[in-house]
Amino acid sequence: MFDYTFQWRTAFRALPDMLEGAVVTFETAALSMIFGILIALALLAMREAPNPATRAVAGTWVSIARNTPALFQIYIVYFGLGAIGMHVSSWAALLAGITFNNAGYLAENFRGGLKAIPDTQVRAARSLGMSSFQAYRLVVVPQLLRIVFYPITNQMVWAVLMTSLGVIVGLNNDLTGVTQDYNVRTFRTFELFALAAVLYYLIAKLIVVIARLLAWRLFRY
Amino acid sequence: MFSNGFMFSTSFTWNDLLFLLQGAWVTLLLTFWSMLLGTVMGVSCGLLRALLPRATIPLGWFLDIFRSVPLLIQFVLFNSLKSIVGLDWSAFTVGCVVLGVYVAAFCTEIVRSGVLSVPQNLRLASRSLGMTYWQDLRYVVMPLATRVAFPGWLNLSLSAMKDTALVMWIGIIELLRASQAIVTRIQEPLLVLCIAGLIYYLISLVVSRLGAQVEKRWQQND
Amino acid sequence: MIEIEKVHKSFKDLEVIKGVDLTVQKGEVVSIVGGSGSGKSTLLMCINGLENIQGGSIRVDGTEVHAKGTDINKLRQKIGIVFQQWNAFPHLNVLENTMLAPRKVLGKSRAEAEELAVKQLTHVGLADKLKVFPGKLSGGQQQRMAIARALAMSPDYMLFDEATSALDPQLVGEVLDTMRLLAEDGMTMILVTHEIPFARDVSDRVAFFREGLIHEIGPPDQVIDNPQKPETAAFLKSVV
Repeated sequence: MFDYTFQWRTAFRALPDMLEGAVVTFETAALSMIFGILIALALLAMREAPNPATRAVAGTWVSIARNTPALFQIYIVYFGLGAIGMHVSSWAALLAGITFNNAGYLAENFRGGLKAIPDTQVRAARSLGMSSFQAYRLVVVPQLLRIVFYPITNQMVWAVLMTSLGVIVGLNNDLTGVTQDYNVRTFRTFELFALAAVLYYLIAKLIVVIARLLAWRLFRY
Repeated sequence: MFSNGFMFSTSFTWNDLLFLLQGAWVTLLLTFWSMLLGTVMGVSCGLLRALLPRATIPLGWFLDIFRSVPLLIQFVLFNSLKSIVGLDWSAFTVGCVVLGVYVAAFCTEIVRSGVLSVPQNLRLASRSLGMTYWQDLRYVVMPLATRVAFPGWLNLSLSAMKDTALVMWIGIIELLRASQAIVTRIQEPLLVLCIAGLIYYLISLVVSRLGAQVEKRWQQND
Repeated sequence: MIEIEKVHKSFKDLEVIKGVDLTVQKGEVVSIVGGSGSGKSTLLMCINGLENIQGGSIRVDGTEVHAKGTDINKLRQKIGIVFQQWNAFPHLNVLENTMLAPRKVLGKSRAEAEELAVKQLTHVGLADKLKVFPGKLSGGQQQRMAIARALAMSPDYMLFDEATSALDPQLVGEVLDTMRLLAEDGMTMILVTHEIPFARDVSDRVAFFREGLIHEIGPPDQVIDNPQKPETAAFLKSVV
């Protein structure tokens, strides 16, 4: 039936390097999530700011992040910055692009989550004498975290999967990059990428499991 | 192009714009076919998952695979599988099929939660009037489930449109790839990318507006 | 007629109906009163098969409701039920809500179903709200629509499960009036209700339901005005 003989051995020989690539993938995604969450929180605050310019900047960021492809965002950083003379590595462009994207989506999720917290909470906190910043930090953010925990987990999985786009701008030390490297040398496209797919699936499932454990420990109230 | 008073000159021609728009057209076609395929599969699987939750757990796991593997890798895998098995499909077909299955995996969840959101009481009412299981499903559950699932489905179609950018990896020239081709020629990446980005943005805006209109129509009644 | 014989019903380990006997003749109006959780609503749901029974039998015009071969959808065409939560279909207007079952279940043409629906809706006083969507109606209006919707199927029996309990006090009257008219027209009705004066007014018989059994049953002037059992008297005192 098939004219093709599967050579799984070649693929398995690539496994050690692929696993190293997987670590890079995970680290990149994690970094993009950390920065993404911080920026998203900032965007959240900016959208409530009195200054219309600040609001516009935040609004535009979120809008662009959600209405254009992630690959496009990576391209803008990689090729766009290159054009004005700043040379960014593939990895930096990937990280910047994914972070930009994450921040936009997370900001929207946070906004929705915030709406679910009644503003009587802030009123109660302020009447106890807390400053606005304290009220948000001690009363609102903890509740918000619980509501947005599941969307954040989803976004983390998304970030891991998105790192695969790095190969298009020449990244060669994340999981997909390593796989592609072996691919151009051995032409065992199917076996190599099938193995990569399994690794991605495992990473995704691992993240979900860890998230569930975390949630169980953090949100016992 | 722009001269007097502008310190701005470009090699970007109307032909280039046309080329970009052709790429945009491919993007739209890919989105359309993959959404069609994906929605049909998604609605069937979503219904199955909602109405027979325990029996379809394996189906749930299977679909989960497509949500846990990067789309790029799905394209590559299917493309190489196609060559191995000897199917004579165009890259466009491969793109539509892979994206379609990807959409179906997400659509299943959207449909499932839509169906599960219909209050049990309403189904009691329709069964009490003598309607059969299928009549209840068709005239009461599905219309209401559709209203709940619509925003999620609309988001999914916008996602699908953005994911079409990845098919460049299997050799299809859609909008983003087209913009790349122009950049290699005229070396003005920021300008060309911004125009491409604008096109994506506009398509997205139009689709969202249309969706809002549909939702408004429904809301007027409820 | 509806024959309920030695019916037992449990939810998991909790038995809520412990052997109930009741026969309702054509044209009779029977009210069932009692405390919350005594199993009254469950009994109604067993009559049209929305809940199953663990023992005994329920026969409607001779057909055993819970037998394996029974066409339950056909049976439900004969039995109309109005719930506490009117359960209006939000995506259809009042007329469409009422026309849906006659068209799809009874197979009537659009014109026939519309005529039937308009007649019933006029009867309950909603003639001017035909094209309005339920979301824009008050609770009382939605409940009246639910009654018209059930009547559009031309049932032989009507069951009312605390039809006025979820309504604001000022809306209760209009629904009770509708139910009263129905009783006066000769419909066979079983009502589960908390409205004791209403029950006394329209019923042929009143049954006091307590702890899964019919504790006392008889004509209203006996059960309500002159209860034989002390628990009945105690209950009536508590709801006054």
